[in-house]
Amino acid sequence: MPRQVNNIDQPGSVAGLAAGNALQASVEIRDVCKSYGEEWERQDVIKDLTLDILPGKLTVVVGPSGCGKSTLVNLIAGFERPDRGAILLNGRRVTGPSRDRMVVFQETALIPWQTTYQNVVFGPKLRGDLKGKALRQRAHELLTKVGLQDFIHKYPLQLSGGMQRRAELARALINQPQIMIMDEPFRGLDAMSRGLMQEFFLRLFEENRRTNLYVTSEIDEAIFLADRLVVLSNRPAQLRAVIDIDLPRPRHYQVLSSPEAFEYKREAMEILHQEAMRSFRPSATGRLPGRR
Amino acid sequence: MASVGEVSRPIGVARSRRSFLRRTLGRQEFWRGCVAIMVFLALWEIGSRSGEWFGYTLPYVGLLPPPSDVAVAWSKVLMKWGYWESWYQSFKRVLTGFIVAQIIGIPFGLMLAINKYFRDIFFPPFEALRPIPPLAWVPASLIFWPTNEMSIAFVTFLGAFFTIVINVLGGARTVDVRYLRAAQSMGANNWHLFWRIVLPGILPSIFTGAAVGMGITWEVVVAAEMISSGGTQGGGGLGFFIWNSYMGGSIPQIVVGMISIGIAGYLSSTVIRMIGHRAMPWRNLF
Repeated sequence: MPRQVNNIDQPGSVAGLAAGNALQASVEIRDVCKSYGEEWERQDVIKDLTLDILPGKLTVVVGPSGCGKSTLVNLIAGFERPDRGAILLNGRRVTGPSRDRMVVFQETALIPWQTTYQNVVFGPKLRGDLKGKALRQRAHELLTKVGLQDFIHKYPLQLSGGMQRRAELARALINQPQIMIMDEPFRGLDAMSRGLMQEFFLRLFEENRRTNLYVTSEIDEAIFLADRLVVLSNRPAQLRAVIDIDLPRPRHYQVLSSPEAFEYKREAMEILHQEAMRSFRPSATGRLPGRR
Repeated sequence: MASVGEVSRPIGVARSRRSFLRRTLGRQEFWRGCVAIMVFLALWEIGSRSGEWFGYTLPYVGLLPPPSDVAVAWSKVLMKWGYWESWYQSFKRVLTGFIVAQIIGIPFGLMLAINKYFRDIFFPPFEALRPIPPLAWVPASLIFWPTNEMSIAFVTFLGAFFTIVINVLGGARTVDVRYLRAAQSMGANNWHLFWRIVLPGILPSIFTGAAVGMGITWEVVVAAEMISSGGTQGGGGLGFFIWNSYMGGSIPQIVVGMISIGIAGYLSSTVIRMIGHRAMPWRNLF
């Protein structure tokens, strides 16, 4: 059985690997703490989290709902700062949002007053690093790739859920990020389009193996997509396990019914179940577990 | 043409050349509205002509002049210069108050939304002044402002101002933080964030505020004109037109004035809706 739980405590070991490929950044999360609220009711959301996101790998983070996954995304994206510890992108400290870390948000964050095309060219136009014909060409290329070539002048509200997610993928990709961060991107889709989107996303990833951090609360999705599966504890988020998912690529949906996948699932479920049960017990302060 | 087809036209290509009038006349909604008004007028005519049904005086309608009398009164004033002067005066006051309220109110609301210090300083007095009805300002502003005209404009300004500010402030708070974050990731600076995300994000609230504010300015201007007697002859505005008719005992002419204000208000809000329609194409998709 291909199974191995990594020792993640090896700081600095992955930074060098990324040097060659611009798409394959590494992210090191070093002893990161983050808490919210005023002093007297401060709640730790992330506590002493150390984790490497390996270059060219699809790292999937799972954890009980409300465990701080979205906070982790916000920290890596640079929308928020850690209270302590550091987040390093290719060995350099993250201090704010930047195009090298694009986020695909929960539900959809396409800008409603821009058409699909305007959404996609938004970033390059702001920065002015890709212009005129070259920009148009690149945008059309990407929109064709995600199958939206006939919908470029529609507004996001006119697109179906799956189309919105694909438009958002195109919008992220045109900025040529070094790492894609996906925060439960396919949440809210029906089961059918969800499955299709997962497969579509995998094809996209397998094409050039851009470093990817994918946050989800669905274990099937996690195992289907992941190279490495990171299981977080209940809030405050701490690392519970890192499981290398050694299923063959390119993957197709059938892979989930293989005995190996089942074994991974059983293992991850065990840990998640323990954590989920803990989240139902009242916390030390007597409060219910807080919001996400 | 199907509405979806219209929206998906490439950016910059002019919309259908069919005239506004022909589009309106071709719509079922328009004819339904006409029928409703006809039925309403017919019931009113019957009600006020018969005066009472089954031995009881009809409330309101029983004592009102029938629409035919109103129409006759209207046809008489239509020829008079004073009637149109009243329209002009009221519109001028409404527009002055309204536009000044927009010019001051929108930036003020934005500042309240964006800057914490500004909000800490200006929000409490704003909230304390807001519950005071605009009409309560009339006596004070008559004393304070040098001319009648200015005090009426000031009171109409107040009517729209508070609504506009509250709408802008509320709208700014509903701008989705994810849009801001996505834009930041893509390299947007504060200038971009404001013009590309925040401003379009609050545009719907600005237009809601404008529509509500426009309604209030009409309420206020009419009352202000009645109280201040609108100044000299002919320059009284529609509010004074009604008051004058009341003093003169001409009930049909009172109704003419009321309907005139109704039409004026409807025209104003239609214009705002049309501008909103144009300014926010992503809002009229369905």
